[in-house]
Amino acid sequence: MDYLPLITAIFVGASAGYLGSFMVLRQMALVGDALSHVALPGVALGLVFNFNPILGAFGALFGGILIVWFLEYRTKISTEALIGLIFTVSLSVGLLITPDEELLEALFGDISAITLIDGILAILLSVSVILIMRGLANKFILSTISDELARAEKIKTAKLNFVYLVLVAVIVALGIKTVGTLLMGALVIIPAIASRNISKGLLSYIKNSAAIGALSGGLGIFLANSYSLAPGPVVVLVSASIFLVTLFFKKS
Amino acid sequence: MSDNTMLSVKKLSVSFGKSVILNELSFDVFKGEAMAIIGPNGSGKSVLLRTLLGLVHHKGEIIWAPNIKIGYVPQRLDIEEEFPLTVKEFLQFKAGNYAEIIEVLEKVGIKTGETHEHHLEHHILNQRLGVLSGGEFQRVIIARALIGRPDVLLFDEPTSGVDISGEQTIYNLLFRLQKEIGLTVILVSHDLNVVYKYANNVLCLNKEQVCFGRPDVVLTPEELKSLYGGGAEFYKHSH
Repeated sequence: MDYLPLITAIFVGASAGYLGSFMVLRQMALVGDALSHVALPGVALGLVFNFNPILGAFGALFGGILIVWFLEYRTKISTEALIGLIFTVSLSVGLLITPDEELLEALFGDISAITLIDGILAILLSVSVILIMRGLANKFILSTISDELARAEKIKTAKLNFVYLVLVAVIVALGIKTVGTLLMGALVIIPAIASRNISKGLLSYIKNSAAIGALSGGLGIFLANSYSLAPGPVVVLVSASIFLVTLFFKKS
Repeated sequence: MSDNTMLSVKKLSVSFGKSVILNELSFDVFKGEAMAIIGPNGSGKSVLLRTLLGLVHHKGEIIWAPNIKIGYVPQRLDIEEEFPLTVKEFLQFKAGNYAEIIEVLEKVGIKTGETHEHHLEHHILNQRLGVLSGGEFQRVIIARALIGRPDVLLFDEPTSGVDISGEQTIYNLLFRLQKEIGLTVILVSHDLNVVYKYANNVLCLNKEQVCFGRPDVVLTPEELKSLYGGGAEFYKHSH
């Protein structure tokens, strides 16, 4: 078997789990899910105009996070409602402009088709995202608990949130090859909620989340290959199974 | 500004959109003093603390003594029982080392020392922040504010969640710190008895500055009536 998809999925899964752990604490799970759908029009444009769909996805996501960030700081409209709007609109646009024969791949990913360049790029970016987030973790957690306390300690929380969203955009764009736009939200959220069941402190929570993400990616691709199944759904089902198992070890 | 002035506020006003939240406040806070801010709900007490921290756009002057270090205890933190963050991790964000954590915990009256080390690790440091009792939680938050040895502590009293006995010990603690380490304390309080007992100065706030001065001088029944309306009850303790 070809190991590149497997290794890529492990790294993307790990970084999705790592970033997802912060997203769940921030109660931004919906944002993650919505962002993954925002990627679809970008992927479609890449497929139609023959450039790398990951780039297209990142472009669309970057636009998406600008909107989310702007809404958070500049308007009084309910962010949740607007995210719901943006996500359905972009999904609709994406569905209309994606060529029929490419639609399944765009929606559910096809990591078996990943090129060496894309694979290496995904691995490097995954590692970079984890390293950058590690440097911001303490500030981000403090601002999650209390935005004003963080600001009182001279943390620029608006900037911090923006950087975080950019990192999320990078990971979601990478994950699109692995599990596709429809399911990427799951790879960001499920490892984190599973980890939350079994971890007491912050450090173990974040590490476990990354580990569960990596395991979901690796085991999912392995099983999908072994039984000739679509990789995206298998990855998500593996992570959901891990979540079920963690329920039995839940720390009270 | 004299040498002992920690904070000098002149004609401070804050508006959110068209509504005036604070109107032309002027007062001074001196080194080692405890100043209490009182007023009814929505009178701008918490906003004033945040403004003093430089977090709110304002008009007028806020002059802190040069190179002053400020510790801040917000009214509430968004933290549930399930939030995976231990007390140790929460303090480590700010503290340079373990010794500093122990030092601030001792200052807030969480007993440490050789024999208690295991006890402390088990019952406080390795517990999730969200499972602490109201009183323990307040102590830990204050301990965190004390990391780095601030000159001034800004304390926004929680409206609920701290039981009466716990609340009293928090005040004992705050004013013990004021005396022992010369900490200047600016606190928002809902309890007039506490203010009367501990504060050097009191600022009565109802968007406007209703009164400012020594509690036993300015907290007259008439002032309180104009501050809270007719319903305020205040029993002047004799000591």
